[in-house]
Amino acid sequence: MPLTRRDKLITYLVVGPFAIVLAFPFYWMLQTSLKSDLDLYNVENVPFGFGDGSPTLDNYRFLFEDTQYARWLLNTVLVALAVVLITLVIAMPAGYALARLSGGWGQTLGVGIFLVYLVPPTLLFLPLSRVIAELGLQDRLASLVVVYPGFTIPFATWLMMGFFKSIPRELEDAALVDGASRLKTLVRIVLPISLPGILTVVIFTFALCVNEFVYAIAFITASDSKVVSTGIYTELIRGDVFYWGALMAATLIPAIPLALLYNTFLDRFIAGFTGGAFR
Amino acid sequence: MEVVAVSRRRRRHLLEERRFLAAALIAPAVLFVGLLVGAPLILSVYLSLTDATAGSLTGDFVGFRNFTEQWSDPNFRTALRNTIVFTLLANAIIVVGAAILAHYLVRDFRGKWFLRFLILLPWAAPVALSTIGFLWIFDSLFSVVNWVLIHLSLVDEFNPPQWLGEPNKALAAITTVHAWRLLPFATVIMIAGLASIPKEVDDAAKVDGATGLRKLWYVTLPLQLPIATIAVLFGIVFTATDMAVVYILTRGGPFNSTQMLPMWAFQTGIQAGSLGQGAAIALFLLPALAVVTVLMLLFARRVEVT
Repeated sequence: MPLTRRDKLITYLVVGPFAIVLAFPFYWMLQTSLKSDLDLYNVENVPFGFGDGSPTLDNYRFLFEDTQYARWLLNTVLVALAVVLITLVIAMPAGYALARLSGGWGQTLGVGIFLVYLVPPTLLFLPLSRVIAELGLQDRLASLVVVYPGFTIPFATWLMMGFFKSIPRELEDAALVDGASRLKTLVRIVLPISLPGILTVVIFTFALCVNEFVYAIAFITASDSKVVSTGIYTELIRGDVFYWGALMAATLIPAIPLALLYNTFLDRFIAGFTGGAFR
Repeated sequence: MEVVAVSRRRRRHLLEERRFLAAALIAPAVLFVGLLVGAPLILSVYLSLTDATAGSLTGDFVGFRNFTEQWSDPNFRTALRNTIVFTLLANAIIVVGAAILAHYLVRDFRGKWFLRFLILLPWAAPVALSTIGFLWIFDSLFSVVNWVLIHLSLVDEFNPPQWLGEPNKALAAITTVHAWRLLPFATVIMIAGLASIPKEVDDAAKVDGATGLRKLWYVTLPLQLPIATIAVLFGIVFTATDMAVVYILTRGGPFNSTQMLPMWAFQTGIQAGSLGQGAAIALFLLPALAVVTVLMLLFARRVEVT
């Protein structure tokens, strides 16, 4: 049903201001990241605009040449990829089993797993930090790879369950009748169809890892093992000195690609969400 | 006769295999979650009953002393009060905003992709990083908020508000950041709820002459209620247990006035090294969260069934 002219206008009048308010901090980061220090710290200058040597890419240059930012980005990606791999291997079979193979107790277990996702890191990091220390993993990226699946597996299992439920059962039954084993059916029939769902899980699991802050700041203090969210905070703020331009640039760089990915995969995420535990 | 027997045997065989297969597929996930969530949770309960300090995982059993000591600590009281106030305020903003936004965002219109991208930004950006952005927005000297307010002559140019330096303003700032960063996620969940309303319901409502506000009140809202509950549940858990925002914006200051339970647990347990006390503080959250979660899930289910 196409919208009437009036409906369209109202839609823009509602959605527009929301978008402006929600995106404003990012516009502000962009503006700040392109300013020279001279321009930034001159109270006389109008903040919405450029002057005194701005716009400039100096902050970006500083970030990549004089700090370990590139290293932190790399660390973040490495940790996230390792965790995504572990998560997929563990969560995909579990999600499938919960969606298809188990009866009444499967439903209960599904809700149970969802509840585990809601157990916050702040409840667990005290004992975990001791465990990490005993294992000798402090200051090593491995500590994060060990701990992150604790929240990514419940999340991914639950999302996968939603996707598998939305695949028509008849497709598998047909393969089973044709004499294929269950495992073979899973690999040959189910996996190819659920590829978009799996990709969605990969992206949102990856993002969860990039987003994590509490464990990363509690476990890692060595500069070259830091990840993006802790490295910027601990190394670009030195005592009372804030490298504002560089800080803002450092924030924008991971945010933009992640938001693009979210936007692209949002409809699939929604499908997984509605197909999940609340059906 | 024989055919029936054979098929029954085969079916039973399949069922056996099915059950075994299901258990085998789920076991690794249960094991992982048990090790990474269950075990630390139990350990944390144990620690809260001992006087363990940093450097060891054991201590002498002290009963509920950690809990009673914290309960009479003024900083803990402030943290508890703030956690409740933040959570309620931020989620009130989130749920109203998300309900409105979702209602319009399910429509098709030009430029939707771009507007949706802008709206998703706060959710996609790592929370620690975007909070640093707010640190700059609320800066004591160069705050853009103050610049605008000064030029609108709403605040005194020579004595502008110190957003992160005064207790109440700092609380407002933290609430704003929470509402801002969780609004997109809540909106997405609400969109999921709207998308799952069958088209027949829309048609039936139209036949019955329900349009506009009447339809919103009697048809859309009740159907959206279960999923809105889920959105609030996520919102409550994510705000009540978050540490990153407070840690970066104020570290609980000035003078512990913006202390939150997770932050206080971190400072007591890790930075000051009293593991037992820290665990006790963190555990204060658990019963409250458990009750909220169970109530909301029950509510979401009940509404859905009827």
